[in-house]
Amino acid sequence: MSAKTPSKLEKVMAAGHLGVTSECGPPRGSDPEVIRHKAELLKDCVDAINVTDNQTSVVRTSSLATCIHLKLMGLEPILQMVTRDRNRIALQSDILGAASFDISNVLCLSGDHQSFGDNPQGQNVHDLDSMQLLWTVRKMRDEGTFLGGDEIKRPPKMFVGAAANPFADPFEIRVPRLAKKIEAGAEFIQTQCIYNLEKFEEWIRQAEDRGLTEKCYIMAGVTPFKSAGMAKYMKNRVPGMDVPDDVVKRMADTPKGKQAEEGVNICVETIQRLKELKGVSGFHIMAIEWEEKVPEIVERAGLMPRPETD
Amino acid sequence: MIVADKKPVEEIIEYVKDSKKILVLGCNECVTVCEAGGKKEVGVLAATLRMYFSNQGKEDVQVDERTLERQCDHEYLEEIRDIADQYDAIVSIACGVGIQFTAEKYHSIPVYPGVNTCFLGVTEQRGLWTERCQACGQCILAYTGGICPVARCAKRLFNGPCGGSSKGKCEINKELDCAWQLIIDRLKAIDRMDLYEKLFNVKDWSTDRAGGPRKVEREDVQI
Repeated sequence: MSAKTPSKLEKVMAAGHLGVTSECGPPRGSDPEVIRHKAELLKDCVDAINVTDNQTSVVRTSSLATCIHLKLMGLEPILQMVTRDRNRIALQSDILGAASFDISNVLCLSGDHQSFGDNPQGQNVHDLDSMQLLWTVRKMRDEGTFLGGDEIKRPPKMFVGAAANPFADPFEIRVPRLAKKIEAGAEFIQTQCIYNLEKFEEWIRQAEDRGLTEKCYIMAGVTPFKSAGMAKYMKNRVPGMDVPDDVVKRMADTPKGKQAEEGVNICVETIQRLKELKGVSGFHIMAIEWEEKVPEIVERAGLMPRPETD
Repeated sequence: MIVADKKPVEEIIEYVKDSKKILVLGCNECVTVCEAGGKKEVGVLAATLRMYFSNQGKEDVQVDERTLERQCDHEYLEEIRDIADQYDAIVSIACGVGIQFTAEKYHSIPVYPGVNTCFLGVTEQRGLWTERCQACGQCILAYTGGICPVARCAKRLFNGPCGGSSKGKCEINKELDCAWQLIIDRLKAIDRMDLYEKLFNVKDWSTDRAGGPRKVEREDVQI
């Protein structure tokens, strides 16, 4: 696959390197220093930084505004867009807004249901679903037209991504669903956090059998546990998360003062094992409110230094 | 059917507490089936209101009962033409459609809702009604195994389950079936999993609520 956009992330993976991304959750306030501080922690160890879009349906500074802060710092943001809060007019408009700042990565998502957030009585929009948003961005970029058919002056040049959860049910349609996302226009995929490596490897194998790993960069998602409590919470309370018992036990058997370190160890081991797996093109490290650990994880996983691009 | 649920009686009392002559008006169709607004419920609500007024020392307030075959047709609503003017309040316990049509027809009489109209659904079992259709105006059931993702998926996704589908249940509520699990199970049962592979493109919502109030006009049956 050769790079089609100015995206640094795309160039890194097109050159055959493993890509590395992490994420920056915008603050629940308007202080840009919070964003800049998180970005400073991440900037030298990743190729691009995802900016979440009101994740878990809790109101935060907008993804687009946060991406602009990162862009103005000379960094490479990935604009996460959920279809929960905006209709097709607003989505296309924000894509143009992002493109006007030369933001060159977008991740198309449906978004967590609003009942999980701080406005459970709100409406959701879902005018488009995540696949239809992928298709929309690709149409805007490749055909240079809006959904309505009119021509776009200076179309957005974005590397277009989607999420995939290899662990959700029903498992048998997880690969067909990936195929649909790719057909809709996904050029890179960031997966749900991986703790069940066997299941992930099976998913990648099936994806490879369908030739999907040749058409799309798959970035394996990882999240370090801060504590045994977090491992249990993720196992039992987070929908679509697959944390095997032996992983929970390993965290629980570790003395409290060393659990954070063990969580990082598990994360590094996961990356090291998956680095060797055919079909994996990179890693997406979601260190939830623990951005300071990302440089250590990337370093220990042997992914430093990050490659230069032109 | 159109499924409705009874409003709390306190809310209804608040509407009619200053009225002198009240008609509780039921409907013999959907709301009878879902036991929210039929003849039986008319009787219960009227008795409750009478008791309230009696307890308030307002023995002179009159509460009458009537249940029409339908409140969404001129012909049946006309049946109260001769008596409607006597009342200073009508509490309709038909669905929102019937309540509005009654209000349209009896322009100078206050008409109050006695139910909350909930959805288009089925009687899954006695006392349990669940949603099936959102009347989007452009049916796609042929492609989704006869199960509607618009009505039954919390995110109305058109291209498969989100990452929150777990053991057949929806992420927002463990009691709730994942619509896409049901669709996949059904497509497998009818040997049409090929339909899942087809990308469902951007939907035209202009036939939905989004396009403004809708109408169906059929010249072939007009008189």
